Amino acid sequence: MRWILNSNITGGAGAIEAKASHSSKKEGNTLSFKKFLYSQKTAPYVFALPFILSFTIFWIYPLFSAIIMSFQDIGAVTTKFIGIKNYTKLLKDSVFHIAMANSFEYMLFTCLLLIPFPLLYAVLMDSNLVKAKGLWKALLYVPALTSVVISGTLFRLMFSEYKTGQLNVLMTMLGLPAMKWLKVKFTSEIALLLLCCWRWTGVNMLYFLSGLKSIDKSLYESADIDGATSWQKFKFITIPLMKPTTIYVLTISIYAGLSMFLESFMLWAGNSSPNNIGLTIVGYLYKRGIEKDDMGYACAVGVVLMVLGLIINFVQLGLNGTLKKEED
Amino acid sequence: MKKKIVSAILSAAMVASLLVGCGTTNAPEGASGESGQVESEAAETEAEGTEAVPEAVTTVGPDSGTHMEMWSFVEAHNTFYAQMLDKWNEQNPDRQIQITFTTYPYGDMHQKLIMSLQTATGAPDLCDVEMGQVPNVYEGVDQWLYPLNDAMKPYEADMLKSRLDAYKGSDGNQYGAPFHVGATVMYWNLAELEKYNITQADVDAVETWDDYTALGKKYIEARGEEGKYFTSVDTGGADWLWIAMAEYGEDWTGGFEGKANVQLDSVKKMLTMQQGWLNDKVAEVSPDGHVDLEAGYQNILDKNIVSFPKAMWYMSRFKNYMPEEKGNWYITKCPVFEAGQNCSVGIGGTGTVVTQQSSDPALAADFLCFAKMSPEGETKIWEDLGFDVCNTSLWSDDSFAHDESNYYNTFFRNYPYDVLNSIKDNIGTIMTVEISPTINEQICTTTLNEVLEDGMDVDSALAEAQNAVDLEQ
Repeated sequence: MRWILNSNITGGAGAIEAKASHSSKKEGNTLSFKKFLYSQKTAPYVFALPFILSFTIFWIYPLFSAIIMSFQDIGAVTTKFIGIKNYTKLLKDSVFHIAMANSFEYMLFTCLLLIPFPLLYAVLMDSNLVKAKGLWKALLYVPALTSVVISGTLFRLMFSEYKTGQLNVLMTMLGLPAMKWLKVKFTSEIALLLLCCWRWTGVNMLYFLSGLKSIDKSLYESADIDGATSWQKFKFITIPLMKPTTIYVLTISIYAGLSMFLESFMLWAGNSSPNNIGLTIVGYLYKRGIEKDDMGYACAVGVVLMVLGLIINFVQLGLNGTLKKEED
Repeated sequence: MKKKIVSAILSAAMVASLLVGCGTTNAPEGASGESGQVESEAAETEAEGTEAVPEAVTTVGPDSGTHMEMWSFVEAHNTFYAQMLDKWNEQNPDRQIQITFTTYPYGDMHQKLIMSLQTATGAPDLCDVEMGQVPNVYEGVDQWLYPLNDAMKPYEADMLKSRLDAYKGSDGNQYGAPFHVGATVMYWNLAELEKYNITQADVDAVETWDDYTALGKKYIEARGEEGKYFTSVDTGGADWLWIAMAEYGEDWTGGFEGKANVQLDSVKKMLTMQQGWLNDKVAEVSPDGHVDLEAGYQNILDKNIVSFPKAMWYMSRFKNYMPEEKGNWYITKCPVFEAGQNCSVGIGGTGTVVTQQSSDPALAADFLCFAKMSPEGETKIWEDLGFDVCNTSLWSDDSFAHDESNYYNTFFRNYPYDVLNSIKDNIGTIMTVEISPTINEQICTTTLNEVLEDGMDVDSALAEAQNAVDLEQ
């Protein structure tokens, strides 16, 4: 406030005074800005501002906007509220039910495959049983660096129903009839899971490996002194102490499984698979929102997916005790 | 002090990167020459993620002309328009146009177009719209698109009416200019058939589907080889069903007014007949779902099938993917269920539209109709793109239809336009309306797979399809 008063008082005076007041104004300005920035109350907000802004603009706003849109019929020219019609339609929509079943199935199997195996590999990598560990780690991790667009296309060609497809060449060599891999539910599910495991085993293994590194080695040593077997050490030390990592991997696997889209999109070269065997919830959302330009209905699909994902994860986190208050 | 500068730079970079995300990425514009020469700038970029990446950008026409944007999903289409634009500028010195042509991948282009129409900003002046996407783009009728009714008047009389109707909006206005009729005909590998004593006369004698089935059985018996079939039926396309509907004069969409009904006799007959072929090993299921895919071309090249019905634009696939088949193939009209029925149906196509966001929609419409409907334009369409043009006055023009310098006229054993002329009055139309994408999707992802792959009962598969379609109407 000081500089404002200053400038007001000296307003009608000579040039020198004006100059002086100008410099003091500048100084005062910098000072108050500094004060503002260095104040313990505001600084955290200032530094968090970029995140808060991007989070609000790109997450919170679309989230609420999508919830509102899910109650609307969004036409080319007019948009009107239609109550819960989009949701009642979802109840009757058999294609949506197929997509739900597919996504859940995929989520379940990826969780079943992508937790025990990477954990096993991580334990192996941490032990003295494996040689050339760096090479193995790199080999398992490299798929995660490739684009799903490319790997999906390669898997599509491998699983092609044509006689020249890699797997069918293999089948012919074994004297078996050629298969229409991506037209049958069972074999296409295998292709999808194979693609997923190929891509993510290395990543999950690294999570577990970092978890293993944080376990105090003295625990194993004292177990050795007590005469524990390797299995007992694994069961009573490794598994319990790996719980936080496992919960983290499980939580992200549930979200990733439920929101899978690109793998299926690339494997069938588009969003249409025979009898919708490869259609996922997000695939259906894309189909409705983008391909059929029915944003209201697509938003309803999205909201259902979000609610389901939250419920499953809260139940899961509740069951394994993560949400409980830390006990002293 | 140094620390301050560094932190200031860092925060500036952070804010800048945040704001950059909000900006729009415009397609790069190709430089244009003063003389109106074509300067192309092919941007060979990999399309990844959701951002539509143009495959090629070209600007044609003088700088002084009205500037317009045009999008297509086929580069050959844009090359054609560019050449027609040069002709237009030559003939209309007072109405010069400069157009920047951009080619996008199919899905990206249609999504970008619909988004820009819906948000009322960023749409091109002119844009190609594939038949399957027409209902989505036409949703905004005259709010989004500029009617071509006036611009096409000079050419309307010569154009095939059924084809123009296919690109009309629900308000009766003409919004799209067609490229071709897409008349369905039968393609026969006569060279292969002759090896098994089936002659051109035998093929010409096929009038009905019963004759066709009998000839198929004869061929399969004569050939007696595993993996060789007479034809292939599609699980990923409804062409066969469209033919059946056109033959009986039915239409599952019910048009603009009616309700969609997929449980039609014509559809049931075709599906039942196809199930019979599969059981008798006369037909196989097309690899990857239909013949217009890489696997389909390979199947034809491997002589696994020797006949199939497809629209006349499929001729260009022979040129582009199967040039070694020159001289082997013969074209006839499609068989019918009962004598006297229509024997063809217009399938597929690209309707080019003028958007209301255009800087000069009337001028854009005039140019578009000149390019796609004038005899000059139609001749170029046939020569360069190999389509069966909609301007019927050209069909019987000897210098056009029997021109020996034309690739397609010498590629096949007969003149394609002779076949087209013979079926001129028997080409049916299946409407493309709002419900069409829903029907198409249900049939191509579920029904055809159930019937042809899983051997499900035709009636129950169609009943299931009807339920899915009813949910949307």
